[in-house]
Amino acid sequence: MTDDHRGAAHFPVRTRILHWLTAILIFTTLFIGFVMVNSLGSYSALVGIHMTLGVVILCIVVLRAANRFTRRAPKLPDTVGWLEHKLVVGSELTLYALMLAQPLIGWAMVSATGRPPVIFGSLRMPRIAPFDADLFFVLRQTHSVLAYAMVAVIAAHVSAVLLHTLTLRDRMLSRMAFSRHR
Amino acid sequence: MLLGIGAVGAFLAVDLGGVAYANKWIGPRAGLTRKAFIDRFRTVFGEHPGFRRNHAKGVVVTGYFDSNGNGRDLSRAAVFRSGRTSVIGRFSLTGGYPFVADTPAAARGLGLAFAFPDGQEWRTAVLNLPVFPDNSPQGFYDRLLASKVDPATGKPDPAAMSAFLAAHPETAAAMTVIKQHPPTPGFADSTYWGLNTFFFVSDAGARTPVRWSLVPQQSALPPRSGGENVLFDALIRQMRTDQLQWRLMLTVGTPQDPLLDATLPWPDDRRTIDAGTLTLTGIETERAGNARDVNFDPLVVPDGIEPSGDPLLSARSAVYAASYRARTGESKSPSAVQVDGVAT
Repeated sequence: MTDDHRGAAHFPVRTRILHWLTAILIFTTLFIGFVMVNSLGSYSALVGIHMTLGVVILCIVVLRAANRFTRRAPKLPDTVGWLEHKLVVGSELTLYALMLAQPLIGWAMVSATGRPPVIFGSLRMPRIAPFDADLFFVLRQTHSVLAYAMVAVIAAHVSAVLLHTLTLRDRMLSRMAFSRHR
Repeated sequence: MLLGIGAVGAFLAVDLGGVAYANKWIGPRAGLTRKAFIDRFRTVFGEHPGFRRNHAKGVVVTGYFDSNGNGRDLSRAAVFRSGRTSVIGRFSLTGGYPFVADTPAAARGLGLAFAFPDGQEWRTAVLNLPVFPDNSPQGFYDRLLASKVDPATGKPDPAAMSAFLAAHPETAAAMTVIKQHPPTPGFADSTYWGLNTFFFVSDAGARTPVRWSLVPQQSALPPRSGGENVLFDALIRQMRTDQLQWRLMLTVGTPQDPLLDATLPWPDDRRTIDAGTLTLTGIETERAGNARDVNFDPLVVPDGIEPSGDPLLSARSAVYAASYRARTGESKSPSAVQVDGVAT
């Protein structure tokens, strides 16, 4: 391994903070989403938290996308070949697309039932879709499909980084990590 | 190499395991889910695609609410300011049979959405019962099965119902209260009660426990004998010539009153406030885009009304959402109550 590998570049601090913040929020929101549709007693409270987190994620991801796509990412380790490089780019774009689409679809889906999403306990969001039961159903199904798609894409994303970092020892994880040690 | 594969395996086990656990694919299955309710409705009433899982038979109404401003002291909600708010609604009979013959024994429901589809919308579903028969989701779930009609006799199994009532004394007590308010001849002269307790929040932030009811301002056209829809037909004939009106009465509770138990009535001497008049002017067959497609979720409330901790409220919201999702994805067939098909 060369010194170039060891000195793998970091994403900017701002990017790293946004990344881990989104990771925590998305994990929480997905988990609450899966739990709430099976619960009766805590359903209404969980729906309120889920919608609130969804809107927060949407705001952060818009910031993140603006931040990410206005500057170049640090160079990938040499262990990443040509094909894998395409996969990295594709999976990152897929994650951004999912992170933007999922909250918007949830928002539109609630709007299509003729009521506003309510976040932070009392803030009523504007409706972004017409009252339409057929539209609601399409959006509702899509919201579930995208939830499972996110689980799958995140699992692939984390697995790839772990394999690179621990098996190829190419410090892939340190691009997004905060630790300074070599 | 092994470290990497091990770490990935451990991560995937935790991550996907968490998803499976949250979905109740693995782990303890204890506790009712909304899927259990949807399955139970199917067990008791059969498959009726496109229709509500409960209160399946109904007709849509439109009108408005004229607030007199008297509710403003209790609630800052826009609907209680002096003035008019549009209303859409739906009369229904309890049970999951969309084509059942009308019977006085079936509870009558009225779903209302004030200011639909505004941001300060208020949805409520009220029944012609002074108290609800159950005070827990489990009670409702068990009572559904105990009330299942035996095809051989055309009636519920009396042994199942007595066993249920022995296990649920709160329902037995509620039935006694309900029997003191026998059903009136029709939808138009029924009093409808909101049953669950909510908190009204004033401009100053004071929270007051409130239950509401709708008190009829007319007698009902007597049902004509014959036909499956005697109650709905009488309502339709009456609304062809008359507007129907109800007074919205707010009953003001105290912290000592049963706030979390819909089977218990409040004392008779509780203060009531006449908050205004609901006027229903139009009646129409269920169709796409009208109140057929509204989920009368009791937790859609405006600023100024907040749910109490009554366990029925969150459970109703959850089960209604599951019913709504299921039926919006199913092909529709015409409703039993066809307004244009009713002879004058």
